[in-house]
Amino acid sequence: MRINCPLCGTRDRREFTYYGASVYADRPAESAGPEAWDDYLHLRDNPAGETTDLWYHELGCAAWIEVTRNTVTHEISGTRLLTAPEKGGAK
Amino acid sequence: MASLIETNACDGLLPISVGRAEMAECTAERITSVAPFKGRTRALGTGLKALGLGWPAPGTSQTSKAGSILWTGADQAFLIGADPAGLGASAALTDQSDGWARMRLAGPDAEKVLARLVALDLRTAACPVGEVRRSGLNHMPMVLWRSGEDAFEIFVFRSMAATAVHEMAAAMRAVAARDRFD
Repeated sequence: MRINCPLCGTRDRREFTYYGASVYADRPAESAGPEAWDDYLHLRDNPAGETTDLWYHELGCAAWIEVTRNTVTHEISGTRLLTAPEKGGAK
Repeated sequence: MASLIETNACDGLLPISVGRAEMAECTAERITSVAPFKGRTRALGTGLKALGLGWPAPGTSQTSKAGSILWTGADQAFLIGADPAGLGASAALTDQSDGWARMRLAGPDAEKVLARLVALDLRTAACPVGEVRRSGLNHMPMVLWRSGEDAFEIFVFRSMAATAVHEMAAAMRAVAARDRFD
């Protein structure tokens, strides 16, 4: 399996660390109710089809990447940087 | 204060020469990690311009009389050789000079040797002279800088110097052994 890092190009999966569903990057506001925090911490969708994950390019550029993949076909349809980089991030 | 002994990262390990590849430790130079502050990239660009440099695009490097700057990751570059004093207001600067073992692999077989440890296409068409790659040297985090047609600079964490030299030497011997049958 290969993942297209937006900074480094296509790299072997072994360079990356998986971090779970991408909703983990959308942290609720501090004032959000317990339901929102419960949802954020514990509840995940389990779609048959397209889903988005967080991957960390650990053995590479150290960028956090959102990977869109299909759980049925295993196809990776897109990757994007999670953070908008300063100049020097995106090519 | 204790009496400190000044040694390079690869003291007693390098140079080595096997077949058509050789590896030596690079001359110690100042290495500074440069990470731009938010919204200060323009100011950083001005500071780098004074050194004859600019912010490197991903996978690239720039060299001037003052020194070199290598892209080393998301929002990070290594300034090598040059004095970073003028950049302090626009970027987080960290002295990394003693943190890395910096080695130079050279020779007609350099690409073949690296092919055994690095899962990247390093032919000049895919990785031209002057380009930089972040990847693994086997399992070690590495900065790889193509400094010439047949030459690469390899940076690994200083604590991994002995392992890196050991694995590189094994790869060099294996490639030299294959060469005898070509």
